[in-house]
Amino acid sequence: MRLVLTIVFVLGLSLPVLGADEPNSTKEIPDVQTIVNKANIVAYYQGKDGKAKVKMIITNKQGQKRQHEFNILRKDDEDGGDQKYFVYFQKPPDVRKMAYMVHKHADPKKDDDRWLYLPDLSLVKRIAAGDKRTSFVGSDFLYEDVSGRSLEEDTHELIETTDELFVIKNVPKQPDTVEFSYFNLSIDRKTYVPMKMEFYDKQGELYRVIESKKVEKIQDFHTVVKSVATNLKTGSKTEMEFSDVKYDINLKDIFTERYLHKPPREAIR
Amino acid sequence: MIRHKTITELLAIWVVTFACLPHVALSNDENTQGSFFSKLPIELHGFYEARGGYRLQNDRYEKDMSIMENRLQLDISSYPDWGDLKVKGDVFGDLVEEKADFDLREANISASPLDFMDLKVGRQILTWGTGDLIFINDMFPKDWQSFFIGRDTEYLKAPSDAAKVSIFSDWANLDIVYTPEFDPDRFISGERISYWNSNLDRLTGEDAIVQADKPNQWFKDSEIAARVYKNISNYELALYGYHGYWKSPAGQNAAMSRAIFPDLNVYGLSVRGAVGKGIGNLEVGYYESADDLSGRDPLINNSEMRYLLGYTQEVARDFTMGLQYYIEQLLEYSRYRDSLPSEPARDRERHLLTLRLTKLLMNQNLRCSLFTYYSPTDKDVYMRPNINYKVNDNMAVEIGSNIFFGDYPHTFFAQFQNNTNMYIGLRYSF
Repeated sequence: MRLVLTIVFVLGLSLPVLGADEPNSTKEIPDVQTIVNKANIVAYYQGKDGKAKVKMIITNKQGQKRQHEFNILRKDDEDGGDQKYFVYFQKPPDVRKMAYMVHKHADPKKDDDRWLYLPDLSLVKRIAAGDKRTSFVGSDFLYEDVSGRSLEEDTHELIETTDELFVIKNVPKQPDTVEFSYFNLSIDRKTYVPMKMEFYDKQGELYRVIESKKVEKIQDFHTVVKSVATNLKTGSKTEMEFSDVKYDINLKDIFTERYLHKPPREAIR
Repeated sequence: MIRHKTITELLAIWVVTFACLPHVALSNDENTQGSFFSKLPIELHGFYEARGGYRLQNDRYEKDMSIMENRLQLDISSYPDWGDLKVKGDVFGDLVEEKADFDLREANISASPLDFMDLKVGRQILTWGTGDLIFINDMFPKDWQSFFIGRDTEYLKAPSDAAKVSIFSDWANLDIVYTPEFDPDRFISGERISYWNSNLDRLTGEDAIVQADKPNQWFKDSEIAARVYKNISNYELALYGYHGYWKSPAGQNAAMSRAIFPDLNVYGLSVRGAVGKGIGNLEVGYYESADDLSGRDPLINNSEMRYLLGYTQEVARDFTMGLQYYIEQLLEYSRYRDSLPSEPARDRERHLLTLRLTKLLMNQNLRCSLFTYYSPTDKDVYMRPNINYKVNDNMAVEIGSNIFFGDYPHTFFAQFQNNTNMYIGLRYSF
């Protein structure tokens, strides 16, 4: 199971977003590199740790639904640096009590370290690094949507500025490594929360959209609490809802084999 | 022919199953906050499973039916502030052995009495080591019978009645597992699975069930297993020690009428970590056959060295490949040859290559996998193809096979060739 990637997602979308709530119109427009850097930092590195309950509903073209529920814990080694995730699955029943742990490395040349705990076998399994554009637990979110795509992999161009949003066009430097030709990222001007990602295929047609549907301010952090990924080609969509979000909970270093065997209370509840 | 008693037993199982299912299903439903279970500080989960399979050839010594069972597993856990409680057990009706039974898989308490200490006491499933379906330093009991007849892989691990103490420090971590009464493997005995009987020099099965003398005195016939481990930059290093018995029969009494579990000590080490785009692992163990250190006793296994090298990588999207090379090396081989009462002899070294292929399809709801053991020295093969489809969040169906073949009738896997079987299963989890 590709639990792994999920984690990252939470980071990307549910993590706190700091931002000064100042009016934009009067402000100068920063250059594009500043915007993407800030959005990246805001989306992935706010708060020193955090937790959330995640509910994911996958609906295919025929209307059949699958539901995943898991708790996620995150701790940053340092802002902008390495991070650790602990995911504890609660649904569906066949993956209940499985735990998934990631040591994410900021260095793009270094693969993340991942472990999966299988409770029925009491087995701590090491998982090989995988293709980052693979579906996360069979959903419409890809590992890379969740973990964040390295800024180094694309060129960035500010193509539109509205009262609310900066729209950035991102073109991959190595187009043959990905299935899209480019994607547009809309960033909230006030909070720097990523609000929408639109992916265009090699023919230039829009085929995947990820939207932040609901943003709440939690402990001063702007947090995406609901997002939806839609695949226009397959007709499938995945909703992801975050609840019970808390930041700066003073997590101990629970990202070790010890806690795979005996998940911390923060993960179970 | 099914006996009348068996039918009654099976009926009882069905009744229990269906009496329980609605409750557990309800307890899992968010809309039933007022239900009985939701008021207790416990979680109740489990599954109901039906599984059936047949041999694909005749076996003179066994039934055609290789597996035919209904199984209800209940898994109850509670998390009071001071620790975790868990009870998990299976009620099942088995048409092959014509019986109904209960298999208590876990019943344990775990707690952290000190910041740097975890404790788990009771019946529990224990695992360590780095091999994939190959075990060197994992001396906890295995259920080979379940493995070969096509039960879920979960059942390869048999429970231990043990106390596990874990101590954590910056320097290293230590696990000690004490098992007061020896827990052997659920080994191949001729029940359900035919095997090569070296005393009779032919394949046998239900006609020659292995009669084993298990060391069975509490505290006297105990086992102790320890592991010291440390993670250095996500390379996991471990040292292991074990003092106990060969887990499956590894000798015979003087009259050659009973199988025995001679004393065994194991010392080993392992390392696991990222190598290139994948995960590499290396594990070594020295098996000291303490009742026959000289290797001269023809009735007791000689000491061995065991080596394992493995590598796993995702080779394409949702497609994983794992390779392992494993060697068992008999020590004191010339003494073994000299004292051997009859041929065929084992080779000095048994080499084994394994290949795991796993492909996920249909939004990862369909998993196709094939695990193959191939021994170039024994010239035999064991293949485990399996296709599992998740119909929805609760229901899964699977079909699979256990295929054994080889050039000689007595080698490790080839001896099971008349047990080659195919099975289907349906599981409803809640």
